[in-house]
Amino acid sequence: MKVLKRKPELCIACHACESACSNTWFKEDNADKSCIKIKEEANKNVILSCTQCGECISICQVEAISRDKNGIVRINKNACVGCFMCVGFCPELAMFMHDEYIEPFKCVACGQCAKQCPTNAIYIEQE
Amino acid sequence: MNIEKLKSAHKLLCEYKYELGKIEKGYTNRTLYINVGDNTISEKPVTQLMKDKFIGGKGFGLYYLWHAVTPKTKWNDPENEIVIGSGPIGGITQYPGAGKSLVCSISPLTGMPIDSNVGGYFGPLLKFSGFDALELQGKADKDVIIFIDGNKGTITIEEAPEEAIDSHVLGEQLTEMYAENEEDKRNISVVSAGSAANHAYMGLLNFTFYDVRRKQIRLKQAGRGGIGTVFRDKHIKALVIRFAGVKGNLNNADDQGKINRTGIKLHKEIHDFDAQQCRMRQVGTANIIEVMDQYDLLPTHNYKFGAHPDTHKISSKVFTGMITQNTPDGCWYGCSLSCAKAVDHFELRTGPYKGQKVIVDGPEYENAAGLGSNCGIFDPHDVLELNFYCDTYAIDTISYGTMTAFVMECYENGIINKEITGGLELNFGNADASLEMLHQMARGEGFGKLAGLGVRNLKRIFAEQYGGDPVFLNDIGMEQKGLEFSEYMPKESLAQQGGYGLTNKGPQHDEAWLIFMDMVNNQIPTFEDKAEALHYFPMFRTWFGLNGLCKLPWNDIIPASNKHSNEPAKIPEHVQNYVDIFNGVTGKNIDKEQLIVQSERVYNFQRIFNIRMGYGKRIHDAIPYRAMGPVTVEEYLSRADRYDGQLKELVGFNPEGKTTEEKMAALRSYREDQYQKLTDAVYKRRGWTMDGVPTIEHLQAIGMDLPEVIEVVKNHL
Ligand code: SF4
Ligand code: SF4
Ligand code: SF4
Repeated sequence: MKVLKRKPELCIACHACESACSNTWFKEDNADKSCIKIKEEANKNVILSCTQCGECISICQVEAISRDKNGIVRINKNACVGCFMCVGFCPELAMFMHDEYIEPFKCVACGQCAKQCPTNAIYIEQE
Repeated sequence: MNIEKLKSAHKLLCEYKYELGKIEKGYTNRTLYINVGDNTISEKPVTQLMKDKFIGGKGFGLYYLWHAVTPKTKWNDPENEIVIGSGPIGGITQYPGAGKSLVCSISPLTGMPIDSNVGGYFGPLLKFSGFDALELQGKADKDVIIFIDGNKGTITIEEAPEEAIDSHVLGEQLTEMYAENEEDKRNISVVSAGSAANHAYMGLLNFTFYDVRRKQIRLKQAGRGGIGTVFRDKHIKALVIRFAGVKGNLNNADDQGKINRTGIKLHKEIHDFDAQQCRMRQVGTANIIEVMDQYDLLPTHNYKFGAHPDTHKISSKVFTGMITQNTPDGCWYGCSLSCAKAVDHFELRTGPYKGQKVIVDGPEYENAAGLGSNCGIFDPHDVLELNFYCDTYAIDTISYGTMTAFVMECYENGIINKEITGGLELNFGNADASLEMLHQMARGEGFGKLAGLGVRNLKRIFAEQYGGDPVFLNDIGMEQKGLEFSEYMPKESLAQQGGYGLTNKGPQHDEAWLIFMDMVNNQIPTFEDKAEALHYFPMFRTWFGLNGLCKLPWNDIIPASNKHSNEPAKIPEHVQNYVDIFNGVTGKNIDKEQLIVQSERVYNFQRIFNIRMGYGKRIHDAIPYRAMGPVTVEEYLSRADRYDGQLKELVGFNPEGKTTEEKMAALRSYREDQYQKLTDAVYKRRGWTMDGVPTIEHLQAIGMDLPEVIEVVKNHL
């Protein structure tokens, strides 16, 4: 299965990945709508993104989250009731909410962000 | 299960069509009125006054009930209502515990208004279907089902002769019948009672939700006060609601983002801390069984003692092993605290469903303590079997447990015997006898039928017909205002005696649970401190019932910030969360003080409603001595060191050389006096006269000086 991998030590916090992601999925350049987030901390940069671990699957009471045939953890927006429990319970803090939407969103390992990363701090790997 | 056959026996009595509503900032601004006596259905507008003064949920319930009944109305008069509603916050899916229904009626046990807070999907789905509350009035001739289709805008009353009565069967039948397909089952919620509610006064209502992971219905109980008995007396078999299309924004909140963020913050806290704190996700409320035992608070043998050497047999560890794992369940969407537990494939050993494998919704703490330790029953299978049958027969486990404990003590004292019980050997610990009594209650036979009348009636009957000593019966019968005590031992905590006694509906701990604050942490030493706690907490907790909320996510998960708080018992960060979500939904701008005033209005209204029904005064706030101290020598001796010490230090009575009886008498007069002093302090803090009547000045100050309210109060000042 495809997973977005991270090497935070290479990250220079240019935020190109956030732009790429939000442009791909929400058609706007808005880091708050990105499925990957770069947090600049005192002496390091932290990359928040989904590892496809699947913990959120059993958190969801309405079975709106499942693994697709390629192993990617996906949200079925029609079934989702917008409780955001999956956001609070994601061990990677990689499930997101934006005020304009009533369903959460997450990385599906499409790789658009990795293409824009100048240092290869993020890249798609087959597991 | 031949659903077609059941359905074809239905006879349509009435069909009503309505315009689908629109929810604005938490309100549909409309309620539904159904009279099953003459099959009329109508809609009522929600007035600004209702929203301002009563908020919603239990507030609306009490308001409608007040106007439906007269001071003479009895529980089984047709004008008595059952009112069900959620509240403005009810139905949001982001903040844990936001799917409660509040149910109000005149209680068969107490003769005055009762309110009960219950999970399951009915309340939120009612709102999404277009109604802030539902009033049920009248009495049908034959059993009916009321079906609300919140997508089509239709309501039907149907005669329904063939379905089961017991909830675990009926809930499945009706979910199957009214869902359009398997996928649609999650959109159905059923409210029903059970066969014992046909006979006993302690009948409850089950509210279902469909568990998509188990593919089975789950039952949540509006337990207290016999509302299920009223339901069956009206010949209502079930209410069924269907609404497809639940989303996170149906309340049309003023500020959805604020609600989402507040909810996520709490989800994260629960994720981070629950496993080290209360283990609600893992074991639910049963987590405290052994803790209560440790602190001498677990009611055992009709509240004689607070601990038992066998408690380990029904400890949370034992139940954890029986609860089916890996599916923490909430009783409404978004409850990450998920206290709803179930034991799957439980094989029944008695009764009409003997041999069947069923799902038991539980165990909850109250069940383990009430059905278990309080009756001296320490086999977890027995506790689960009693739990299952109470639920499906629609019997309140708390009233049942406390009543059975009382009956067992009477049996062991020879007040009643085998002849009177029809052969039931009701010794402490006899699970078979308890189960048989429960089955009799469901069949409406024998001693079980009598027992179903509850402790207040049994005290009278045992004295009048079987020569029991009325003083002793009053001392050990753990009821007040007609309602059986819930399952905590208040003997050693004066504040909790007030938490039970100085309540509106009777001794249920949902108003105040102060045992740790008082007894363990000694945070409220003076009468004034206790009175302040007995003002603040009942008001704060009343507010959950106005809004369709659950209490557990308030203080069964503690945020990191609490360490640095100067009022840790209030959980200030969570209080602020509630202020935020209320404002987020309604667009109002209240603060934490105004939150308390919202409750105070309804709380005082309910007190005055009690007064209007002939109760609600100081004499009704008295509690049995078993709740305050040792009634028997055996109890005194079990804690002799503690009691002797108190006599010396607090009472100024030297126990040396005194008989146990003398010491008991001295302790009793001291403790009874303490309770009176506490009552004085609490009434004063609440703005009531020393007879427990809210003063007109106080009602004006809080804005509950409605003419009909003043009219009642005037005659009692
Ligand atoms: S969103 Fe979080 S919990 Fe879900 S698969 Fe990704 S990392 Fe795991
Ligand atoms: S927000 Fe949606 S996907 Fe996430 S747990 Fe809730 S219902 Fe499931
Ligand atoms: S804490 Fe329990 S009772 Fe309260 S809402 Fe959640 S699941 Fe329901």
